[in-house]
Amino acid sequence: MQKAEKMQELRVFAQEIRMETLKIIHSLGKGHVGGAMGMADAMAVVYGAYMKIDPKNPRWEDRDWFILSKGHAGPVAYATLGLMGFYPVEEAYTLNRPGTNFPSHTDRTKTIGVDLTTGSLGQGMSEAVGAALGNKVDGRDSHVFVAIGDGEADEGQIWEAAEFAAHYKLDHLICLVDNNGRQLDGAVADVMGHAKGLAAKFDAFGWHVIHVTDGNDVEKIYDAIAEAYTVTGKPTAIVLDTVKGKGATFAESSGAHSSEPTAEQWDEAFAYAEKQMAEIKAAK
Amino acid sequence: MSFTLIGKHENDPRANRDGYVNAMLELMQEDKSVVHVDCDLMNCINTTKLLKAFPEQTFNAGIAEQNAMGVAAGLAATGKKAFIHSFGCFASRRAFDQAFLSCGYSKLNVKVIGSDPGVTAAVNGATHMPFEDCGLYMNIPNCVVIDSCDYTQTYALTKRLAKDYDQISYMRLIRKGHKTIYGDGSDFEIGKGVTLKEGKDVTIISSGIMVDKALAAQELLAAEGISAKVIDMHTWKPIDEELIMASAKETGCIVSAENHQVETGLGSAIANVLVKNGPVPMEMVGIQNRFGEVGPEADLCKIFNLTAEDIVAAAKKAISRK
Repeated sequence: MQKAEKMQELRVFAQEIRMETLKIIHSLGKGHVGGAMGMADAMAVVYGAYMKIDPKNPRWEDRDWFILSKGHAGPVAYATLGLMGFYPVEEAYTLNRPGTNFPSHTDRTKTIGVDLTTGSLGQGMSEAVGAALGNKVDGRDSHVFVAIGDGEADEGQIWEAAEFAAHYKLDHLICLVDNNGRQLDGAVADVMGHAKGLAAKFDAFGWHVIHVTDGNDVEKIYDAIAEAYTVTGKPTAIVLDTVKGKGATFAESSGAHSSEPTAEQWDEAFAYAEKQMAEIKAAK
Repeated sequence: MSFTLIGKHENDPRANRDGYVNAMLELMQEDKSVVHVDCDLMNCINTTKLLKAFPEQTFNAGIAEQNAMGVAAGLAATGKKAFIHSFGCFASRRAFDQAFLSCGYSKLNVKVIGSDPGVTAAVNGATHMPFEDCGLYMNIPNCVVIDSCDYTQTYALTKRLAKDYDQISYMRLIRKGHKTIYGDGSDFEIGKGVTLKEGKDVTIISSGIMVDKALAAQELLAAEGISAKVIDMHTWKPIDEELIMASAKETGCIVSAENHQVETGLGSAIANVLVKNGPVPMEMVGIQNRFGEVGPEADLCKIFNLTAEDIVAAAKKAISRK
């Protein structure tokens, strides 16, 4: 397949993920829309172009791993895994209902295809590092992706894990930083800024760093991961400057952490998503 | 379970930590999936031996316990049987959320080892003296919690943890040489208390460093004509309800003896069992709502009322309440 064709396919997949993410959250009426929607493009690229997985054998030992350390973005993972065939995506329309397999934060004991449990911020990063170490000592050529938020990077555990990953030269570990500039209480810069920025911080920790200034551009994400796959002797951080809530009309402008839109706002969001999909397909 | 009791109040020339290390050397040899994660305390418990013999199975995470706990969880997710060690204070308090969620809730095979339990932290003092470590871990559903008492028991239970149990556990590890309780080759079952002495007037239920003191108390009581049953309750969770209730019926009263806060430890676990199934008078020897202090262990045992004489007094009080 030509690259242009693949990128077109990934753009369509990203929009499918957006639409399913909206449907999953709509099934409940409220949720962490912002952090989920901003990740849709990265999820499309990781799962649509890179992840070595078998939906029929979710714990296949030679698989690649994905850990959503910013576990509150669960719905975007549920949309992606459903669309990848781990389960009918409609099953995720039970989000947060009693007894559901699709809880607010990603949970390896509940959802098929979820590699590790997250929700307490920072913990997924260490878990990912442990998985990358386990794969490395067993000689498996498995990549481990971990997605963290820029707000989550307030957690000291992120940096403990970062130093460990560099020390053990975990070059099959790729950290996607959802650098959307927002956290629950407001702008990251106002709540707890990262001084010289997260790219500089990962660089200082001995990581290979790729800064993608349009973190919602699938081709740029695709190229960044391709570069990460060539790096040896150190882990890679891909800092994605994303738009929180991207594609959700009621959340994108505000950058809200969680949303409970009105029926009219949902209608508008779905109509906009359909229109976007038509435009993506027309641009072929 | 098969054991031989020595219990002569003699110091074991072997360091207790080597019970862990020697068991791990054998486990790592037999099974490549057994791994050890440490937090810059390898020189304290001799796990440098593991690193030297099995560098692909031994990892130093530096002074970063929260990450170390998560790394252990990630290793376990790739099929490893992950042991992780720090001092008991840090292995519990410092990394508890990680132990709870990344390991416990996630149903991953992580075995936490907390060294220098309670007053054995001695001259490291209050900051390093965990009286609440087991209590914290007992809050994790299905977590196995163990307070091991000597070299032989530590060796045996390390092997049991590796072979018989595949979810989160916490085991206290006395670092240095302590009193020998058991003969070599003794074996134990997780969740089953060990009756060391039979008796009819009172049952002393102890663990860890208190087992030797319970045996000493039994002798002091016997000299006064009081017959005490002595149990080593090495596993605090799941606790051996059957043995507790049988002993309560046999002797009519109970004394617990622990190197831990009684409100959240062995005493309270036993009290829970008694209250549910048929209360008898009970007294608790252990830490009574206090923080740790610095000093030699023998002095701390006096300061915190963890001596054989304290157990004797508690036994008499329990008997008087029948």
